[in-house]
Amino acid sequence: MNVIETSGLGKRYHQTWALRECTLAIPAGHVAALVGPNGAGKTTLLNLAVGLATPTAGVVTVLGGLPAGSPAALDGIAFVAQDAPLYKNLSVADMLHLTGNLNRRFDHGYAQERLADLGIPLKRKAGKLSGGQQAQLALTLALGRRPRLLVLDEPLANLDPLARHDFMAMVLAAAAEDGMSVVLSSHVLTELERVADYLILVSGGRVQVADEVDGLLARHRVLTGPAAEADRIAQRLSVVHARRAEAQAHLLVRTSGPADPVPPGWEAHRVSVEELVLAYLREPGAAALPGPARTQQAQPTEVSR
Amino acid sequence: MPPEGQRGPGSPIEFRLDAASGVPTYLQLVQQVEHALRLGYLKPGDQLPKVRDVVASLAINPNTVLKAYRELETKGLAAGRPGQGTFIEATLSQVALPELATLHRSLLGWLASADVAGLDEDGIVALFSSALRDFFDRRGGHRDSRGGASAGTEGVA
Repeated sequence: MNVIETSGLGKRYHQTWALRECTLAIPAGHVAALVGPNGAGKTTLLNLAVGLATPTAGVVTVLGGLPAGSPAALDGIAFVAQDAPLYKNLSVADMLHLTGNLNRRFDHGYAQERLADLGIPLKRKAGKLSGGQQAQLALTLALGRRPRLLVLDEPLANLDPLARHDFMAMVLAAAAEDGMSVVLSSHVLTELERVADYLILVSGGRVQVADEVDGLLARHRVLTGPAAEADRIAQRLSVVHARRAEAQAHLLVRTSGPADPVPPGWEAHRVSVEELVLAYLREPGAAALPGPARTQQAQPTEVSR
Repeated sequence: MPPEGQRGPGSPIEFRLDAASGVPTYLQLVQQVEHALRLGYLKPGDQLPKVRDVVASLAINPNTVLKAYRELETKGLAAGRPGQGTFIEATLSQVALPELATLHRSLLGWLASADVAGLDEDGIVALFSSALRDFFDRRGGHRDSRGGASAGTEGVA
């Protein structure tokens, strides 16, 4: 099952396309990271998936084919928007009450237990909580709906390192316990390697990479060797990004797997998620598609226009 | 505050991550279990930390922990018990603790003489690794019979 599936999805605000020709499928059972520069279309894509915006072009379905924004889809998805919006003048208890009444399903026992674990007092006004606690309250309200898919837009942006750790720990523990899928957008690259096992890279409103992290790392490597031979290598291997000095060159290449032979005289190194993401972001023309099997239609062949 | 370091009875060990090591996270977990087995922190019948607890304390992807535990099962070191968790099945510490302590002491003696001879830490590591390689090459076989990192490509028919 795919938790989010899009085909030719586009969104235009006035004259500007925030997202265009976006075709991807995110399979269930993953913590998927949506990565890209500011203005790449990440928030737009998430808003379309959770039903907060309607597409200008194309289709988006969730949780195995449910139309985004339909009542059935809304029941299965919880969304925490950027900056964890809360009613600052309501107490924590009132926020629980409100969320319970606004949703068809809400597990009060679960939510209260979480808040007790976190040491968040029920009587305190939401606006008086620390930034980390506000994020945890917003997350608790989302998890209290016991969603099958949790969508988080830049959840870590304004949190200090300890709050970031505790927030992600709570998300991942919920995923481990209930088999909940997670899709989150972020540009905190260093934390992604540990957290995400599926990567979607969006830039300029288009999808550049969409695949499982393990597979991506296994199929990319950095080759270091004499700059004079770099061009010859580039003819045989698919180079995503090259860094050259006078004598030495580093080529981030896509291979068919770890068993691919290393050219004589060159050294091969493992790539990190961060290195991989940066290489693709520097080369908007490069793409590592397709992702997983798609149910709606054939896979896109090219990302170039 | 979330439970950290006070998880009650359960596993005798706790994982930590070294972000700077460059070793994939799942492999770090596998290596830490092997290390704990060699040093006697873990013995057959002991429970490994529950997936949820590892995830909650390290903030890592649950699939990473599952992958590490699968790898340990494949190596025959651990086995999952449905509804309970993953438990140690075999042991790696071929040497009893007192003997380990003796070996440790004689190694310290060797290190002291290397230090006197003027070798720095990197030099000692390089010398030790090369001697280790020679030793196992001469014995003709793997450094690790369980299929971990093999000593080298030569000598393995």
